[in-house]
Amino acid sequence: MIPVAFDYVRPSTVDEAVAALVAGGEDAKVMVGGQSLMPVLRLRLGAPSLIVDCSRIDEMIGIREEGDSIVIGAGTTHHAVMNNDLVKRYVTLLAQATATVADPQIRHRGTMGGSLAHADPAGDLPAVAAALDATFTIAGPGGRRTVAASDFFVDYFTTAVGDDEVLASVSFPKREGWGSHYEKFNRTAQAWAIVGVAAAVRMEGGRIAEARIGLTNVGTTPIRARSVEAALVGAADAAAIAAASESAADGTAPTTDIHADAEYRSHLTRVLTKRAVQKAAGM
Amino acid sequence: MHISVTVDGTAYQADVEPRTLLVHWLREGIGKVGTVVGCDTSNCGSCTVLLDGRSVKSCSVLAVQADGSSVTTIQGLSDGNEWHPVQTAFKECHGLQCGYCTPGMVMSTVDLLSENPNPTEAEIREGLEGNLCRCTGYHNIVKSVALAADLMGGSTK
Repeated sequence: MIPVAFDYVRPSTVDEAVAALVAGGEDAKVMVGGQSLMPVLRLRLGAPSLIVDCSRIDEMIGIREEGDSIVIGAGTTHHAVMNNDLVKRYVTLLAQATATVADPQIRHRGTMGGSLAHADPAGDLPAVAAALDATFTIAGPGGRRTVAASDFFVDYFTTAVGDDEVLASVSFPKREGWGSHYEKFNRTAQAWAIVGVAAAVRMEGGRIAEARIGLTNVGTTPIRARSVEAALVGAADAAAIAAASESAADGTAPTTDIHADAEYRSHLTRVLTKRAVQKAAGM
Repeated sequence: MHISVTVDGTAYQADVEPRTLLVHWLREGIGKVGTVVGCDTSNCGSCTVLLDGRSVKSCSVLAVQADGSSVTTIQGLSDGNEWHPVQTAFKECHGLQCGYCTPGMVMSTVDLLSENPNPTEAEIREGLEGNLCRCTGYHNIVKSVALAADLMGGSTK
């Protein structure tokens, strides 16, 4: 279907983008790769009056090392993120999860920031950002502000980014040498996750010293499996990981839909957490 | 909005509505009807073209977003009467049944082989996950990609 008509601007700086959003009011919408927004427009599920195309803002594209962090421009494509050496080395879990997003064509256009700001509960990257305690830099009329991952995801398709704001970049603490794995359960190759589990572990002397686990699609926002993280400390074999993973569904609020009911999603959460951690830990 | 786009080696200037999808402009604006619309939901990949050398679903890109870029469609692959090796391979291995998905399959294969000239069978299947064949003719499509890799100088593992 053809989208409802809209106006279109293509700013070249973040400040210009914010000014365009302010002028456009609440019906203005940011687009970068458009891989989440285009289906919405085409199916006329949404009809913004103004599209602010942020795909050519240099500041929003690229990946750099900044002290103890890797800073990724929000408009950096999935393809660029998953193939970047800094990301693969220091934010391995993000590279792994990004490689499972949609399909190659969509990864060529779609962006990390777009995926995070879209905040689809079934999207893969929010759980990664939650697990790794990413920090979000948001630009608005009042300047820049930073928001922790724990405060960024507010609700179903809702983040801390306001109508007149743009997500500029996301910063991930460097975690070299951690084991990690993104375990995703879906129906077909390119389908959304029914449940996904993002796991990263720091090993010391053959035992898990620290674990970080984010859950995809078992609530309106990504959820940290904190009881599992705590129970995993000291785990030295696959059985200990399996035992710790039993509490993975605690505190989740999965929904029932055409693909899976809530009880099944809870079951998957436990099983996939076990698999993700075992693979991350190499056990 | 005014756009300048190079398509299959020819520079075009056009005025398009911002809501015009790239695939619609290609087909209806400049007659590149080799690129087809399959699903209208971003799933099937039939409308795949190369945008600045990388595969994209042209139903999921606005024509205005292609401004200043170079697009290659299925109609720009051959060199005169000389087919692109991927086209030859799809013919040799009969990598099609009804043929509707073929333009997208061929364009995705060109992109896949540019990034990975030596794909394993698993990598071929994974690399084409963005393209659906509703005849389910995947087996010969995978064979076609493997042959194309051979023809282009790689050799599939």
